[in-house]
Parts: sequence; C-alpha cells; structure tokens
Amino acid sequence: MKPRYDLAVIGAGPAGLTAATLAARRGLSTVLLDEQAAPGGQIYRAITRSPVKNPSVLGTDYWHGADLVGPFRDSGADYLPGTAVWSVSRTLDIGLSRDGAARILPARHVILATGALERPFPVPGWTLPGVMGAGAAQILLKTSGLVASGGVVMAGSGPLLWLLAWQYLRAGARIDAILDTTPRENWRQAMPLLPAFARSGYVGKGLKLLLEVRRKVKVIGNVSALRAEGDGRVQSVVYRQGDGAEQRLPADTLLLHHGVIPNINLANAIGCAQSWDEAQRCWVPDVDGWGATSVAGVAIAGDGAGIGGALAAEHRGRLTALDALHRLGAIDRATRDRDAAPHREALDRALRGRDFLDALYRPGKDFRVPADDTIVCRCEEVTAGQVRDAVKLGVSGPNQTKSFLRCGMGPCQGRLCGPTVVEVIADARGVSPAEVGYYRLRPPVKPITLAELASLPKAEDEVAAVMHH
Amino acid sequence: MSEPDVIIVGGGLHGCSTALHLAMRGVRALVLEKDHIGRHASGVNAGGVRQLGRHAAEVPLSVASMALWHGIRDLVDDDCGFESHGQLKVAETEAELESCRERAAQLTALGFTHEEVVDQAELRRLVPSIAEHCLGALVSRRDGAAIPYRTTFAFKRKAESLGARFHEGAAVARVARSGRNWRVETADGVAHEAPVLVNCAGAWADRLAAQLGEPVPLEVIAPMLMITARVPPFLKPVVGATGRTLSFKQFPNGTVLIGGGLLGRAYRDENRTDLDFAKVSTNARTVWDLFPIMRSATIVRSWAGIEARMPDDIPVIGPSGTEEGVFHAFGFSAHGFQLGPIVGRITADLITRGASDLPIDAFRIQRFRHTAAAA
Repeated sequence: MKPRYDLAVIGAGPAGLTAATLAARRGLSTVLLDEQAAPGGQIYRAITRSPVKNPSVLGTDYWHGADLVGPFRDSGADYLPGTAVWSVSRTLDIGLSRDGAARILPARHVILATGALERPFPVPGWTLPGVMGAGAAQILLKTSGLVASGGVVMAGSGPLLWLLAWQYLRAGARIDAILDTTPRENWRQAMPLLPAFARSGYVGKGLKLLLEVRRKVKVIGNVSALRAEGDGRVQSVVYRQGDGAEQRLPADTLLLHHGVIPNINLANAIGCAQSWDEAQRCWVPDVDGWGATSVAGVAIAGDGAGIGGALAAEHRGRLTALDALHRLGAIDRATRDRDAAPHREALDRALRGRDFLDALYRPGKDFRVPADDTIVCRCEEVTAGQVRDAVKLGVSGPNQTKSFLRCGMGPCQGRLCGPTVVEVIADARGVSPAEVGYYRLRPPVKPITLAELASLPKAEDEVAAVMHH
Repeated sequence: MSEPDVIIVGGGLHGCSTALHLAMRGVRALVLEKDHIGRHASGVNAGGVRQLGRHAAEVPLSVASMALWHGIRDLVDDDCGFESHGQLKVAETEAELESCRERAAQLTALGFTHEEVVDQAELRRLVPSIAEHCLGALVSRRDGAAIPYRTTFAFKRKAESLGARFHEGAAVARVARSGRNWRVETADGVAHEAPVLVNCAGAWADRLAAQLGEPVPLEVIAPMLMITARVPPFLKPVVGATGRTLSFKQFPNGTVLIGGGLLGRAYRDENRTDLDFAKVSTNARTVWDLFPIMRSATIVRSWAGIEARMPDDIPVIGPSGTEEGVFHAFGFSAHGFQLGPIVGRITADLITRGASDLPIDAFRIQRFRHTAAAA
C-alpha cells in the first residue's frame, strides 16, 4: 500500500475494475478498494472462485466478468480486497477498515463504483425468516453454489427476477410459482419504447430466457397484493390477482425483487448533490457525462450513478478513468475526448433499450407505498402508518422522521427503508419525492467497531508506518 | 393574517421555548426558521440535561430549568424522552478527585447543593461497568437526558396549539425599523412587522446582531457525536470525565451515544459539517479506556451539529445594547439544551415585564463591545 495514491477506486464490480485497469495502465498510481474477498462486484460476484462449475448454470453473461479481472490483475493497480470504506472526506481522505483496524488513506482523486442495491420491497411479512431478496439468493448461488431448498416462490418484477429463476432452474431448484407484480398499465407506457429495445441485443437473450422459465414454472401475472405468512418463518404466500379474491400458496422460501436502485450511501455521506429520477423512481447522484459529481475530485462510475446494467458500467468506468487522467494532468482534454469516443459509443449501445425496461418494470404504487401496518424500517421496526402519523404532526421529510421515529437510524442507515419512507411521505403530503428529499447520511456508512476506530493512527509518522507495513 | 406582537428569528429550542412562554401569556409570536424546526444544534445535540459542572453564572438558570424539566410533560404535553438517572464526571486520578471536591465546595459556598463527590464504591454502584482505575466522581443526581429533536418539536407543537405561528423555510434577509415596529424581510420576499424582535438564530445570530449595530465575536463550531448499534443495557446515568472530554450515555433502546464536544468543521453557509475522524478516534480511545465493555461495540453513525460558541463559553441572553424592542438568546457554546425551557421564560419575562427574576447580568451582549470592535 502506498502512503497516497493518485486514484482510489471504491468497488470491484465492472465499473471499478475497468476504471482501475485503464487508469493504472496509463500511469496513475491506483488502488482498488473492495469489501469482498474477490473481485467481481455483485453481478460478477465470485467470478474467480465460484464453486458453480457448470458454466451454463450462471449463463455466458456472468462469465464475461472474467474478461475484466485478467486485465485488471495485469494493470499494475494495487488491490485491497476485504476492505470496508466507511468515509470519504471532502479533502479525499478515505476512511477504511481492514483486518480489524481502521486507517485513513489519502488520494488525489476518488472514483466511487459502489453499484446498485435491490429496491426495498416492503410487504406484510417481509421480515419473516425465509423471505429474502432475489439478489441475496443469487449471491448465495454464485459464492457458495447454494439454492434454497423446498418450495420456492418468487415475487416481483424486473429482469433480475427472471434471470435468477432461470439460474435457479438450471441449478436444480424447485420453483413453485412466480408472482409477477408488473402492473398491466406499464405495458402501455413501455410500448412506444419497444423499438429501441428491440434493437438492443438484449431482446433475443431475454426472450429465450423468459420463455424457458415460463415453460417450466407457473407464472401468475397482474399480482396486485402480496404478503408472507408463517409462524416463526414463512409458510405461505397470500396474493391477489388484479381485483380477484385472495389466493394462498405454500412456500418454504419467498424471494422478493423489485429491481435495483443506485447505492448512493457513500456519495450521499460525502455530500454529492443528488436528484430524484422519476423514470427509475429513485435518488441518483448528479453526475456529468464523465461521472463527475458536485464534490471536487469525486466521480461515480457504474450503477451507483444511475442504473444502466453491467455492460454500461464497464464503459462508464473507462470514461470516468479518462476524466480522472485529465483532471490529474496526465492527459489533455483532446486526448481524453479522443480516447473516450469508442467507449462512449459502446456505452450508448449498452444503454439502448434501458428506457423500455425502466417503464415496463416500474413497481406498482401499492408496493412502493405500503399500507399502514407494513414495516418499512426493519432496523427500528417502524411501520408505514407511523410515518404517516408523523406527517400529520407536521413532519415534512425523511430527516425529520429519522429524528422523530428513528427510522433510518439503524445499522443499515436507510438502505432498506429510505426509498419507501420517501414514497410514503410524498404520497401522504401529495407532493413529488423530489420535494420530500432524502436522508442526509452520516459516516461511517459501513458499521465499524469502536476498537477499529480507536486504532486509527493519530500522528503523520504513525500513519506512514502503518501504510508502509 | 394579523401581525404578530413578537417576531422570533430561529426555530431551535430557544426560539420555540420563547414562543411557547409568550403564547402562554397571550402574546402572539411568529417564529421564522430558515430550514425546519430543530434542524441544527437543537435537533442533533447529545440531549444532556445537565446542571453538573456548569459555569457559575449559569448555575441559577440551570437549577431553575431543571425544575421545568422535571415537569416537562405538564409544560409541553410530551415527556420529550426525558429520563433522570443523574449525570456524573469520573475522576481517574487522585488529583482529579481533589478538583471534584473543590468544585463541590465552591458550589456549596454559592448556596447550591446539587453536586456531590462520590467515592469509588458509590461510583461502581452507579456505573458498574466503569473501568477499575476510576477513583470516584462528581455527581448531580437529578440530571439526565432527553431526546433533542422530539423536545424541540414538542415545544413547537405546544406553542402552536396556543397560537404561536411558525414559518419554516423562511430565511431572514433583512431587519429594519419601520416606525415603532421591526420590519423583517425573508429571502422569499415576504415581510413581517412587530414591535419586538428576538434573536434566537444560533450559529447565525451574529449576522442579525451585526445588522442591529452590535457585532459579536461568535465562533461557528461543529461538536461531533457518534452512536453505536444496540448493546444489552448496562448504564443508566450520563457519564463524563473530569480529565478528558467525554459525554457517554445509553438510550433505553440500547444504543450508546458518545460525544463530548470534540469539534469537526462547520460550513454554515452550506448547512454542512465535516467530521474529523482523528478526533473521533480520540473519543473512541477514551471510551476504550473507561468502558472496557464497549470495545466490541459497532459504531453505526457519526455526525456534527452547527452551533455558536462565544469567547467566554457562556451565552448571550438579554436585551439589545443598541436597539429598543430587541432581545437576544444565542451563543450557548455547546451546552444550551438543558437551559432551553428556562431561557424561553426569561426572554418572555423580559418582553412582558421588562425584567427577569433570575440573574442574567453575566450574559449581557455589551460584554463584547470592545472585543467585537477589535475583531
């Protein structure tokens, strides 16, 4: 580890890998910091060490991740896996924890490649054991080769749900049903965007996968209400189709998914300006075409700056790295722009059809704005009804509900409740989420122990000693 | 809409408390708040309700405020999360313990008995988890802690129910005389008039004072706090240290708040603070030394509020030195929360009766006449 790097990249998914690779190859002293033990991020999780030996289980798109790891290994960038980044200051001092000790690592430029999170999907019973996110289930599959045993019900909407169903089937899991919550009216809004999607290259692969899943699993569409029930753990899933009567399905596992949203926690805590994205219904950091944020020296690459998918993330990583080279004086503007051209073109190709997916898989309002008795904040067990009551008392935004109800104050720092709290307040006040705002998040954005914090080297020479060890 | 009798600038605890005490007397107050109620120091402080260790000039006010705290539900219809399990300052050395004894003797000489020195056995009874090397403590048994934002919000709601009005998102841009009235214009172009103006603008109060011709040497500070994930209950009182900076307490939900006034950096024009983790780390080491039980606790969040500190570390409370019909209550120097209930009453007394029955001479704004001019 060097005492100070030109560039620190946070997150070893496709955006972080390509950003670090390009920057290091072109001469910047670069470090890639990542929380996981191995590169890949979520989408290519465990790409170098997955126990899933049959490549057809995870699909060829997954194995493309290996094409990013090799060049990174050869790039000369330093790589620090198992590193939690819990703070970045305005002066670009990075607070990190590694092997039980905390350090401050200064950098001249920082690229956040913190990726996406599953959108919270608060339904009654979602806190029961046996209910989990489809993303979490997919991580178990990639890292440990595990699938849920017994009867699995999947519910929700979006490409990842179908991909996981397909991977699950290939891995030999038993899926009893897929409850598709995609609202009917989404089709009407998505249809005009279909032509661009049809040219995107995803369409063939997507359709094949969808048909294969539909051939093997009962798919129940137009699901308008959903809850998990069980004594101590999930035993059944109760749902409604359109205006129909309640139906009940036995289930040992319920996998929920409502698409992914940018993981903005670190960017937010740094103070990067952010805006409400109406199309994807989430908060996204404000970035320019190079990923630059409102905070000098901090850029964001990949899904953390807005959902575009793994291929887009790859190209956005390269563009952000070229801008970092330029800002650090390694290349001039003309070189940056010239070298960026092919990546920009590839990015446009990768993003083609994204509007269609955003429109089609936009979660229905009943699932974004849950009923009163549904828990929205799992850490502090705060219900949607309590949030509405606070609004009646004059609470106007999520930072006040934080102070008032403690929601968003738990260890997850709003990752599981923030988007829902915003939607509930906006709905109760009859205004846009843009007006309601979002939590001001606070470092450490990843929990660290008091012992780690107490271990923070104090004096300059102490810091140097730790960094050179 | 009828014009108010009093315009209060700043919707923190002191502004809300002043509005409440005025409303209780039938005086119509309008509070102008640039952000939202309790946005800064009042909403994010450590919540200590502390008489212990106060500056001699503050002691009478603090004791009077404590009486209001013990009846807080009657005052604002909400218990504000107030719990009274005492506050104490731990002595780690014989010299520190001796300074505790001197302090207690000093207070007794002034006629106050709320601070007492306890020995090691009593300290361990009060705080069983304290490190073994600690020798005793200075204790104020009726002290405690409350939930800051909830408290400020409760004062606001009660004041509102009695007729006070609150305009949030209303940043004061200009104040000027308009006949017998003060004319207060907000950044969105709205103007209000009232014969009386109260400056409760916290870290922004010096700007208002300067407009009134009495600049003050106010420093903008950002005391840092951190909080842990829940741990099993082990602590009732609020614990400070005699020889180091610490404020340490466990909430009923199990989370532990660690503060003590170490400063981050404040950027008041951006409503923003930066933490200084080297100093946060110092705080963590203090906790490591004093509470071995906490070493594996997880820190989930840290933050800093924007506050005002005066050079002598006590607030400005009282009438303007330059203008009729203007009153100040600001500059609480990171320990204003406990004083909130009484300062509202003092300011209401000054407005409605022209005097307070509590000694407030030490807080006169005039004490800065020379320093501010030189600054």
